Amino acid sequence: MSDPKIEGLALKPGFKGMAEDTSSDQTMFKGVHWGKAMMWIFLLSDTFIFSCFLISYMKGRGSTPVEWPNPSEVFALDAFGVPVPLLLIAIMTFVLITSSGTMALAVKYGYEKNRKMCGWLVLATAIGGLTFVGMQAFEWSKLIHEGVRPWENPFGAAQFGSFFFMITGFHGTHVSIGVIFLFIYAYKVFAGHYDSGKRGWFTSMKGDYVEIEILGLYWHFVDLVWVFIFAFFYLW
Amino acid sequence: MSETDKQDQTTTHKIGIYLWIWGLLFVLSFFSYMVDWYQFQGMLRWSLILFFMFLKAGLIMAFFMHLFWERYALVNVLLWPMTAIACFIFLMVAEYQYTLFTRLFYFFVGG
Repeated sequence: MSDPKIEGLALKPGFKGMAEDTSSDQTMFKGVHWGKAMMWIFLLSDTFIFSCFLISYMKGRGSTPVEWPNPSEVFALDAFGVPVPLLLIAIMTFVLITSSGTMALAVKYGYEKNRKMCGWLVLATAIGGLTFVGMQAFEWSKLIHEGVRPWENPFGAAQFGSFFFMITGFHGTHVSIGVIFLFIYAYKVFAGHYDSGKRGWFTSMKGDYVEIEILGLYWHFVDLVWVFIFAFFYLW
Repeated sequence: MSETDKQDQTTTHKIGIYLWIWGLLFVLSFFSYMVDWYQFQGMLRWSLILFFMFLKAGLIMAFFMHLFWERYALVNVLLWPMTAIACFIFLMVAEYQYTLFTRLFYFFVGG
């Protein structure tokens, strides 16, 4: 939500504006908080990491002559005695999207300086993330119980286990870190650190609701990665 | 557009847009789950999965992550590196086909 206002300088929109921003003195990302720009750069590098995982998964799955386990059977769950394909995964997807929505609203209310709403929504996001991690732990323990290991599994190609644990594990780590930060930031919002401009740790930056947007970027990214994992690993 | 209008528009957005995107994401997720539920196979399955995936990813990035409202300097810095990933995907597709070919060749035909 760039809102650049620089005295005596009219910023042009579109590609012309991009050329001028890029070639200008001082900051390239006009009106973007440095913390936000840094978060975007971090997310870009994270995109490359997850892409490498998913591409190596594609390569592993495509190059094995052994039959790949059918994910809609492997991840099926019994509901009232009937096996429902991908039931848990579907619920996890909906939980993560719900938490993404509450985060987006938290950012909005943060910018409106609505402390209570922002705090509750960040807290709701944290609880959604915690639910997701809990369900993922359940999924992992179920598969480990069924004999899935990084080097073998009873369903088919041996590579399945290693890609599963690596990809969902790395994503789950991101969610867990996000949940920890969401709880901390929920506390900081409720305590009014962003209204009073209280400084955070290891920084001279004054507290501001832009931090909620930065946290939101990270959380939406976690949801974004799940969209790709859901499509390529569970549905494909 | 007057200066005050512009300011209102850029600092915060109406709640409706977030709720719309939120609802759309639910619907799209439901559809992509239905792809598995009805056990579509082959090209239909893959194209539907990719379609819903890119739509969801685009909505999240454009509206939840506010890229739609950012200046092009930031948007382009973020989106162009994705072409490198796309190139890498094509390289690795060629690679896995070759690996599969050599495996099958040596397993069944022998050296």
